[in-house]
Amino acid sequence: KLDPGLIMEQVKVQIAVANAQELLQRMTDKCFRKCIGKPGGSLDNSEQVRAGGRTGDPRPAWSGRPLRLCVPQKCIAMCMDRYMDSWNTVSRAYNSRLQRERANM
Amino acid sequence: DPQLQRFIEVETQKQRFQQLVHQMTELCWEKCMDKPGPKLDSRAETCFVNCVERFIDTSQFILNRLEQTQKSKSAFSESLSD
Repeated sequence: KLDPGLIMEQVKVQIAVANAQELLQRMTDKCFRKCIGKPGGSLDNSEQVRAGGRTGDPRPAWSGRPLRLCVPQKCIAMCMDRYMDSWNTVSRAYNSRLQRERANM
Repeated sequence: DPQLQRFIEVETQKQRFQQLVHQMTELCWEKCMDKPGPKLDSRAETCFVNCVERFIDTSQFILNRLEQTQKSKSAFSESLSD
């Protein structure tokens, strides 16, 4: 005998998973764009996107080894956090707007 | 089953909300996020809030105008068929 309560719980879980996947997909897209310039042979070797500002001229380091300043991983990590912040801000703003619309009806 | 029916209604509504948040976050990110920093500064936050409001305004405007042009079209075609 099918328990509707159980079905509802399972559906809720599936919906949550789908939403998490959607979020992950868009976040990955955005943070790849923000953080990875010319793709290298590995994540460490990929050039980071240079946003406006200093030219980022790598000063010649000791023994000619390139001075790697900010590894893309740090950029990606920060980007992820900021994307979550943005998502939450949008969610709150949209909710407020909906409440206001309902109050005006 | 009315309980299941109600459940579907509620979840569908919730999903519509979620989908729009996904969509608006993506769009507004392009407009509001320059370089991701250690936190979301107040200027970016304001931008996101405004972006949401303007997106919904745009959406409503489009729906209203579409409705109006449909109405005027049907009035026109009615007068033709005389």
